[in-house]
Amino acid sequence: MEPFVTLTGVAAPLQRQNIDTDAIIPSREMKTVGKTGLSGGLFANWRYADVAARTENPDFILNRAPFRQATILLAGSNFGCGSSREHAVWALKEWGVRCIVAPSFGAIFHGNCVRNGILPVTLPADAVAALATAAGQATSDDPAPARLTVDLRQGLLTGPHLGSDPGTYPFTLSPADRDMLLEGLDAIGLTLKRLPAIQSFEADYRAATPWALPVPTL
Amino acid sequence: MPGKTLVEKIWDRHRVADLGDGTDLLYVDRVLLHERTGSVALKSLGEAGRTVRNPAQAFVCMDHIVDTLPGRSDDTLMPGGKAFIQETRAAANAAGIQVFDLGDPRQGIVHVVIPEQGLTLPGLTVVCPDSHTCTQGGLGALAWGIGSTEGEHALATQTLAVRRPKRMRVTLTGALAPGVTAKDLVLTLIGRHTAAGGSGYVIEFAGPVVEAMAVEARMTLCNMAVEFAAWTGLCAPDDKTVAWLAGRPFAPKGADWDRAVVAWADLRSDADAVFDKEIELDCTEVAPVVTWGTSPQHAMAVTGQVPDPAADPDPNNREAQRRALAYMGLNPGDRLADLAIDAAFIGSCTNSRLSDLRTAAAIVKGRHVARGVRAIVVPGSMQVKAAAEAEGLDRVFLDAGFEWREAGCSMCFFAGGEHFGAGQRVITSTNRNFENRQGPGTRSHLASPASVAASAIAGRIADVRDLMD
Repeated sequence: MEPFVTLTGVAAPLQRQNIDTDAIIPSREMKTVGKTGLSGGLFANWRYADVAARTENPDFILNRAPFRQATILLAGSNFGCGSSREHAVWALKEWGVRCIVAPSFGAIFHGNCVRNGILPVTLPADAVAALATAAGQATSDDPAPARLTVDLRQGLLTGPHLGSDPGTYPFTLSPADRDMLLEGLDAIGLTLKRLPAIQSFEADYRAATPWALPVPTL
Repeated sequence: MPGKTLVEKIWDRHRVADLGDGTDLLYVDRVLLHERTGSVALKSLGEAGRTVRNPAQAFVCMDHIVDTLPGRSDDTLMPGGKAFIQETRAAANAAGIQVFDLGDPRQGIVHVVIPEQGLTLPGLTVVCPDSHTCTQGGLGALAWGIGSTEGEHALATQTLAVRRPKRMRVTLTGALAPGVTAKDLVLTLIGRHTAAGGSGYVIEFAGPVVEAMAVEARMTLCNMAVEFAAWTGLCAPDDKTVAWLAGRPFAPKGADWDRAVVAWADLRSDADAVFDKEIELDCTEVAPVVTWGTSPQHAMAVTGQVPDPAADPDPNNREAQRRALAYMGLNPGDRLADLAIDAAFIGSCTNSRLSDLRTAAAIVKGRHVARGVRAIVVPGSMQVKAAAEAEGLDRVFLDAGFEWREAGCSMCFFAGGEHFGAGQRVITSTNRNFENRQGPGTRSHLASPASVAASAIAGRIADVRDLMD
């Protein structure tokens, strides 16, 4: 997995609550068994005025400069709720998103982000709203209000100065998630190093709960 | 030292290693897959050169993409759908994983089939790359939805690294009024505390109403835990759970069964267990509920009026409500019970079990679907379908003008095949009323199967209590 250490980029304000994974990638856009070829379906119902013809909706934020180049999303609460489809994360990543900032995330979506090298940053709602308001002022001539820097090692997000605000926002991530992102770790490989412990646990567990394992063959 | 919660008891029993910082490596008893997301997990595992560690502990259900029309085959209305079905089947067979396939009398929705077969038991850990895995918490298992990559992890290692969640208890007090079901309760809960209200928590549903509730209703309650943003939900097993599981095909037998029943008796939160958060809901006041908007939190009594966004003090809520009203084609003050419907759908992992079909059939019996309304029943499994047919429920629905389908997820969501159509107003027993969930532009109103049945008859969103004897 590609490590995530620091990122500087344009942040797109997407201030809606409860943006679900059906909205991030509609079920009908998941056309083949695999993790690629999904970015065209990203936000399809919002992004296209005519989905079948792929005619762009000029009002959708990601269709406007400078947000076409966004690598960060500033989202509403409970972002990524709903379906567990990891395709939502694969589509975001393929499109170019590497970091999502929101007051809260859908639990499965949050885990899917970490496992695919996308950093989910949880910040208070008023902080996200302030950053989004600032980002909304950005233009193709002056993208600075939308420019953010995210430093995972320091746990610090730096944005434009907002009034008396210093423009820096500390955030935390669980150490396990942080390490996985920073080092681009392969979670399965790590766990397989513990195979002896798993085997030992399993032997004891089977002896103690014979009704649970083994599963009969029918 | 305080006692343990139910979740802590199950958790501690499955801890393989403490990974530090609040994360444990948990042993996984059952890994479930379906052809929509499991296909990618199996494919990706193979591409990485890894194998399934314990194929006997994994099961595949064909439910998401398969057609529910009579005479179905691997060919499906969803573009590209056949590849998902066939690649999943081939990968599962190659890995030695049992498939409840098309043509198998046990086929159906994973969260209906697996409990029905006795594969989910109290105290087990169960995962599936599907957000509604929480449904199976109704049996007292710790069951939660994961992504495809975590699915690969569980297949390869029989474990998952999981951060210990905060614990919430939702205590349901009072009693249910006639016409009010588990679906109405959980929609009321989400309506009051928002769709993000359970974020970060594992929820134990408890209290006299849960104790009085049938096992299948508990599954409905737990099914919607993810719509409350909870990590998962569960109910403590009891004598009803034991009776429900007894004799099911994969359930333990003989001495194993007796030992299991003894062990399950301890699967309850100790009296002095401490929860991080407690919520209480007095169910006596709960009415049949229907959603008006595009989030499960947009829920209200069927007798209610659509809110005025301007009245909400929170600008984010105001904007979300305005969007929802525009999408749903509604105006502030509209009476829910006056809204004409185009279609009615009974099905999904929320509400497609035999008890759901019985409740709906009791409302439908001797009546007819209103002119112009398309009404569909999709049993959750072929076993539910067979049981319903054995007691004549199919005739009740067919005589009333409903379609009677084969088992599957069907039109709970739109995957590119069948849908209800833009602007169509649908009352549905499913779990999600998101924009475009049941088809581009389709307007979905969530409700209980009884409310859906009553509305199909009335041709508009109806108060089921008006049709009850």
